[in-house]
Amino acid sequence: MPTSMPDWAAIHADPRFQDLHGRKTRFLWGLMAVSVVFYFLLPIGAGYFPELFKIQVWGPLNIGLLFAFSQFVVAWGIAFIYERRASREFDQLAAELCAHYSGKPA
Amino acid sequence: MKTLSWIAAIATLLTATSANAQALAAGAVASEYKWLTFLVFGLIIAATMFVTYLAARRVKSTQQFYAAGRSVTGIQNGWAIAGDYLSAASFLGIAGLISLYGYDGFMYSVGWLVAYITVLLVIAEPCRNIGKYTLGDILAFRNDPKKAKTVAAISTITVSIFYLTAQMVGGGVLVKTLIGIDYEVSVIAVGVLMLAYVVFGGMVATTWVQIIKAVLLVVASLLLVFFTWMPYGFSLPEFLQAAVSDPKVQAQVSKLLGDPATQMSAAELGQRFLEPGLYLKSPIDQISLGLALVFGTAGMPHILMRFFTVPTAKDARVSVLWAMGIIGGFYVLTLFLGLGAAINVGALKISAIDAGGNMAGPLLAQYIGGGENSMLGNLFLAFVAAVAFATIVAVVAGLVLASASAMSHDIWVGVVKGEHATQKEEMYAARVSSIIVGVIAIVVGIAAKGQNVAHLVALAFAVAASSNLPAVLLTLYWKRCNTRGVVLGMSMGALSAIGLVLVSPNMTYPNLVRAINAPLVASAQAKIDALNTQIAGAVDGDARLDPARLDLARLDLEAALQAAVTLRAVSQTKIDQVEGQTRSLVGLEAPLIPLRNPGILSIPIGFLCVLLGSLIGRREKRADDLWEELYVRQNIGLHSEGASAH
Repeated sequence: MPTSMPDWAAIHADPRFQDLHGRKTRFLWGLMAVSVVFYFLLPIGAGYFPELFKIQVWGPLNIGLLFAFSQFVVAWGIAFIYERRASREFDQLAAELCAHYSGKPA
Repeated sequence: MKTLSWIAAIATLLTATSANAQALAAGAVASEYKWLTFLVFGLIIAATMFVTYLAARRVKSTQQFYAAGRSVTGIQNGWAIAGDYLSAASFLGIAGLISLYGYDGFMYSVGWLVAYITVLLVIAEPCRNIGKYTLGDILAFRNDPKKAKTVAAISTITVSIFYLTAQMVGGGVLVKTLIGIDYEVSVIAVGVLMLAYVVFGGMVATTWVQIIKAVLLVVASLLLVFFTWMPYGFSLPEFLQAAVSDPKVQAQVSKLLGDPATQMSAAELGQRFLEPGLYLKSPIDQISLGLALVFGTAGMPHILMRFFTVPTAKDARVSVLWAMGIIGGFYVLTLFLGLGAAINVGALKISAIDAGGNMAGPLLAQYIGGGENSMLGNLFLAFVAAVAFATIVAVVAGLVLASASAMSHDIWVGVVKGEHATQKEEMYAARVSSIIVGVIAIVVGIAAKGQNVAHLVALAFAVAASSNLPAVLLTLYWKRCNTRGVVLGMSMGALSAIGLVLVSPNMTYPNLVRAINAPLVASAQAKIDALNTQIAGAVDGDARLDPARLDLARLDLEAALQAAVTLRAVSQTKIDQVEGQTRSLVGLEAPLIPLRNPGILSIPIGFLCVLLGSLIGRREKRADDLWEELYVRQNIGLHSEGASAH
């Protein structure tokens, strides 16, 4: 167990932490909003715009089915975008802060 | 002592199996091939037991028991999350819904994947960074620990028991339908097996059982889809064309639509199968269910618990990515399983064995292997049945572990003993709690025999979304959040979700049951009378028909008669069940609200109550003081609970 706890208030006030927090907040909640809105277009479309969903585009394949498939692609896409940004940017910033405040060399 | 209990567990299982061997009732597997089913079941059970045996030797500390020593890798945890999450309802239920109702069944499956976006973006990593073993640990970080842990444990146990009941009843019915084992025996078998994993192997064994199950499930689904899709050259339009031009599919749509169907051509009827509206009639209910899924999954205690098994937040993220790949891929496959069953087996045959369509996947497996009377067909069926069984056991094990942890870690150690308990005492408490929850699950499972428990799954998600998620989210991201808000929000969120369901159309309303089923009985009776007259006429003989054709016509009539008799019996049973009653469980003659899914109302209530509770009254010193520490830690992972040293 560590003998002394880091100075949490100091880290919280550190501009680097504020910068990381700001970037993360905008990015995460933005992605979250996009995914929620996109998902609810499916039940809304199926419930209130069935005529649109019935339009056939490729043989029996209609817009409704394509839209349902697109939900999978979009969900995976959002996960992929988040993972890239998190592992390239957020993880490093967090590791720098951790190293700085736990007394170990960065 | 330990060896003894092992022997006892195995002996119980063996007696359960041999008792069935003697009393083989009718099941989907043909009698002469039952041994195949038991062989496959035996192999899977043996594999999971071996894993449990290995795990039991490792589980010496609470960290091992609750969190597998935080040594599970991201990829392993991804498979385990998929194994924890993909219940029999998704494997059998959704494929079944697609086989009976087409598009709507598939639409149903999308929400179960999208739910993981919430888990990935705002829950997994922060919870890994500040949590220890349970939901209660997260909430106790800056709120009053005793109050937060109590309310978290109550919520965890409530959610788990709803979900457990649905799984136990579903599992009992499933095993009975597939291989003809008595309902009670299969509930006990599921319970005893799951207890063996949890009590001896803790999280280590549970994780591996879930991984094995997920791999089996994915392999089985991939094989089925491969052989289903192959005849169409793996072309999507050709496969869909085969579905829409299938007479069985067209007949099913015509049956679902009733009168309007007479105006439609065969091609239009077939195409209608791929359009929305055959099953889900209320868009608001659909949106409400979607909300419960998207916000409830992230509040499911057995899912949250999985993030404490990996060494770092990055591994938690990697595990969600893998889980999303596996879960999403599986749900795409359900479309092919469902449509494949609709084409090759047919809705009539699927719903004859199980009205909810749960047998679509297993029957498709039987067809692909060569049909009812072939050895390969029955081997495939046995394999799918065994995978379904493993599915239930793995999900149930995860749920029991989550609620047992809440009982032992949050309530007994956190509240009763005031955090003063040795490792040994806590391990003992955790094992005793597991047995208590397991026994409750078995008893409730047997007591709920014959009840319609499908809506309990949706209710579990609604409670998690209205109670756990607002509390966790606001504790993690909102500075003003405090104990008062968490306690008020969690209790009001859960109570409103449960209360709304109690006054919803999900409950049984005797007057409505009679109003719906009496005409059905009457029309079935009229059909029976008409058919009896026709059959009598056919027996008297029509001199112009040759005897062979006459026999065929008679066979058709008798099949139709049989169907009508079954229909009458089903409706009559429903009327008999409510005989002499006029009010629902809570004393209502008709539902107060039209919604079956409470999420759209109860989730905002949950959030609002956390906000109000936190803002009204004095500010709380502890919640304010610890905010900076919590916020820094959840973001950068400094000082998070590490892995155990080996």
